[in-house]
Parts: sequence; structure tokens; C-alpha cells
Amino acid sequence: METYRRKKRTAEDWLVDIISYGLCGLLVVTILLPFMQVITISMSPAAVVNRNGFHLIPTQFDFSGYKQIATDPDFWRSYLVTILRTVLGTASGVLITMLTAYPLAKTNLPYRRGIMMFVVFTMYFSGGMIPKYLLIKTLGLTNNFLVYILPCLITGFALIITRNFFMGIPSALEESAKIDGATNLQVLFKVYLPLSAPVVATISLWYCVQHWNSWMDNMLYVTNRAMYVLQFVLQTILANGQMSDMEALDAVVIHTETMKMAALVLSLIPIVCTYPYLQKYFVKGMVVGSVKG
Amino acid sequence: MAKAKTAVVPKQSRGFFGNLSKYKEYYIMLIPGFLFFLIFCYGPMYGLIIAFQDYYPLKGIDGSTFVGMKHFKALASNPFFLPVLKNTLIISFYKLLVCFPAPILLCLALNEIRSVKFKKVAQSISYLPHFVSWVVVSGIILEFLSPTRGPINILLQNLGFEPIFFVAEQKYFRGVLVLSDLWKSIGWGSIVYMAAVTGVDPTLYEAAEMDGAGRIRKILHITLPALAPIVTVMLIMQSGKILNDSFEQVYNFLTPTTYQVGDVISTFVYRMGIQKMQYSFTTAVDLFKNIISFILVMLTNYIARKTNDYALW
Repeated sequence: METYRRKKRTAEDWLVDIISYGLCGLLVVTILLPFMQVITISMSPAAVVNRNGFHLIPTQFDFSGYKQIATDPDFWRSYLVTILRTVLGTASGVLITMLTAYPLAKTNLPYRRGIMMFVVFTMYFSGGMIPKYLLIKTLGLTNNFLVYILPCLITGFALIITRNFFMGIPSALEESAKIDGATNLQVLFKVYLPLSAPVVATISLWYCVQHWNSWMDNMLYVTNRAMYVLQFVLQTILANGQMSDMEALDAVVIHTETMKMAALVLSLIPIVCTYPYLQKYFVKGMVVGSVKG
Repeated sequence: MAKAKTAVVPKQSRGFFGNLSKYKEYYIMLIPGFLFFLIFCYGPMYGLIIAFQDYYPLKGIDGSTFVGMKHFKALASNPFFLPVLKNTLIISFYKLLVCFPAPILLCLALNEIRSVKFKKVAQSISYLPHFVSWVVVSGIILEFLSPTRGPINILLQNLGFEPIFFVAEQKYFRGVLVLSDLWKSIGWGSIVYMAAVTGVDPTLYEAAEMDGAGRIRKILHITLPALAPIVTVMLIMQSGKILNDSFEQVYNFLTPTTYQVGDVISTFVYRMGIQKMQYSFTTAVDLFKNIISFILVMLTNYIARKTNDYALW
């Protein structure tokens, strides 16, 4: 691009630069400021928090918000429950996605189109909140840990992305493995899996984030406090300022502003720690999914 | 061909069971995934029958009486439903107006940035809110708009105005929904457009430069035309989603003081259905929404395919 720049920078160049850098700069600031405020409040003493004024950069440090949230057993239990559901949910989701995608990638499998239609239709039409709620109740999944795993086991989108990736793997690899006596399962895990690192990474991260951020299934189907997930506990902390539950009136904790923000920051830590990977593979999946499904 | 199994097999009629036994191993692998879709996606669709019944949980779907279109007629005359439908449409329309063009603008701006480092950092930061749940986003935004600590309100106060409790005031509530959606989705939404822009042949820009085109002309005559097809498709598909409100977002911002302007179909269904147990009526509401929504999406997807053979699938 630089080779053709014979002229000096014109007024137009400056204008475009100012507008584009200005817009992007504004966006970056708008996204970062709320996060900065949350972090600042989470580590400030109550006296500073209650003062009117900007709270964007911490001036005095006080980690009592974190200490208090650390003593809240509900918070930590929900953190553990969420880690557990994320690990189990992602592992089983990826496994079932691969298992389902493998036969569907075989172009000569009879009824393949029909099965794909069966899957794709669910991406456009659903029974809605109430029938699903009644179904979960009928199946006896309420207050059952499986309700966090089974109803959101796989997604049609992840299945299609995986199937498309599998279809790009040369069939000669499968044929030669089968000549050596490999079964389909062995082909899937010994031949396909090592070749599918990018797509497996993408769908695992999708499932991970989906599980980590999920709270509606908790709100709808789980009333047992011991099984609450992080986002739901966070919601109660943020909304009411206190965890008032009929069963545990004696365990009511008043959540101050600093505690709320400390809880929020703690819930973000896993996202921030894995952010480089999240970003890389999510963008990949997004581009793959949008260019051609 | 030692193994004809994986090569293209000539179509021969083996019959349903013949096929099943020939490809037994493959179908066995499909079972868990198939059962998942059958139970958790088609199961609730079977449950839609209750929209045509007076459903009582104790009697179940089989025991409840069939009442035909009763609940759909009730829906039309329900004094609460029309405002909810109106809210849903207005909020979706505002979102389309603001949140649709914004990522395109961002893409154009990003594309004009020469510093690779700045561009990368700006993109990374702009994606961040996408990975955060609505519970957390609403927490962050509520804190940011706080009347005593929020920077906007502090600025207002310094300029001599009264602080505004944005999320609790009907006047501003829809604005909060639209702008928080913008905050969460703008960076992520720009990816699709960035992918289209990187596909542009760089020699086009060089040729234009040789002909004396400035940067604005290059944007207008090269970058924008390159984006046009994908913009059309995205616009058509977004308009198909006009009835799909975001429960996760609205639920986290909604308070009784803002029901009048912010209650949308999904939050209405939740309140009336799950909390007040009007199962049949709310299922009818949801079914009404889902059918129209499905038709719209199919229609817009069809139009998108016609416009420039580019569609979802």
C-alpha cells in the first residue's frame, strides 16, 4: 500500500484517520470504562464507594468485599457446581457431537438428508418455554444435576460445523484404517479426532461458555440451593442485594456494593484467563459458520 | 476397490430394514444424538398440544380437555397481550435501527486503521462483552448507570442537572435495552463484515489510488460495494427475527416500574406461565409467536437466497 503513496497526507487522509481512530477509540473506552468501574468498586473501602463521584481508578484499596464474598458458602458452592457442569457438560457435549457428526458426514448413508432436516428444523422452531418446562418436570429432571447437562447436550449449529469439517477429511484415511481392521469408533477417535483439533477446540469452547454463562435452567428447574449455579447466585446477589431464601433465613447475608462487584469480578476470572483462546476459536467458528454452513 | 463401503454406492433398493442392517454401526452411533433431538427438541413440540387444551398438570396432556382455539381467541382480547406485542416489536425495531448498522460502521473504521497493533487490541476488547452472560452485563451496566457512582450521572450533576435513574424510568428503559445490546454485540457483529472486507483484492485499492482516488472514494466505491451482498443478507435475516425478543437480556433489566414499556413476549410468558401457572394460555402465546417467527425467518431466508445465493444453509 505504501508504494503508491507519492503525495503528502491530504486533509482527507487526516479526516478519515481522525474519524476511524476516534470511533474505535471511543468504542474501546466505552467497553472498558464499565469494567474499570466494577473492578474499582470491588476493591475500594465502603466510605469511598458511598461518596458521590467518579470511581474509575482505585484510590484506596480495601479487599474486604472479596473477603466477605469468600466467606459466603453459597457463592463458592455455586462456583464448584458451575465448574462441574461446565466440565461434564462440555465433555459429554463434544463426545456426542462427534459421535453424531461422524455418520452424518458419510455421503452414502441412507436417510442422511432426512436426519439433517430433522436437526436443522429444531434450529428454527421450538416448542417454547412452557412445554419444555412441563416436559422436564414429567421426566423427573427437576432438582436433578442432569438437568444442567441433558437438555442442552449439543446444538444443531455445532453439529453441522463438525459434520462439515469431517466431510473435508479424505475418505482414503478411513478406508485404509478399515482395511487394517479398525471399527468406526476407532476410526473416529484414532483417525478423525487427531485431525479435527481446530473444530473440536471451537465447539468445546462454545459449550464451555454456554455452560458457564447459563442460569435459566437453574431458575426454571432447580429449587435446591445446594445445586444453584454461579450466574443464578450472582443474579440474586445483584438483584436483591441479599440472598433471602425462605429455607435459610438465618443464613441471610447483606451484600454491600463492594461485595456485589467482587462477586462479579470473580465470576469473570475464568473468562478473562481463557480469553485469548476463546477469542481465537470463536472467531474461527464464526467465520466458518457465516461463510458457508 | 477393495472396500466399496465408503465409496459412492450405487443406489439399490435394500428396503428400510436392509439399509438399517447394512449401516448398522453408523446408525448405532447416531442414537444418542437422535434421542437428544427427539426428546428435548421434539418433545416440547408435542407439548404444544396444551395450547389447544385446558391443561391441568394433574390430568396431564392425555387427560386434559380439548378446547380448540379458545386460548388464541382469548389472546386477541387479552388486555395485557397487545401492549406486550407492541413492546416486543418496538424494541426489536429500535435494535434493528441501531444495532444493525453499528458493526458495519465499526468494520469500515477498523479497516481504515493503519496501525496493526491498535486494530488488534481494539478488536480484542470489542469482542469481550460477547463472552459475558446477560446477568453480568446487566450488573455492570446497572453499576455504570448508577445515579450516585455512574460517570454519566456524575457528569450530569457537574453540569448542574439532576441525576437520572436510567433503568427505572420508563422514558429511558428501551434506550437502556438497545444500548446495552449494542455494547454487548457491536464488536462481535463486525466479524462477519471484517471477513468480507479481507477478501477484497488489494490491487483494486492500488488501481483506484493510481487513478487519484482518495480514501473516502475508496471506501465508497470499493469497500462498501464489497460489503453490500453480506449487508443485504444480514439485514434480511435480522428483519426475520423481529419477534425473537431476548429473554435473558430483558429479564435482567426489567422491574415492575418498567413493565409498561419493557415487558416483552418471553418475559410475559415466563411471568404468566411459570409463575402464575396459566400453562395453556401462555403456550398459545408462545406458539403464536413461534409460528409467525418461523414463517418470517423462512421467508426472509428465501428472499436472501434469491437475492444472491447466500443463505443460512
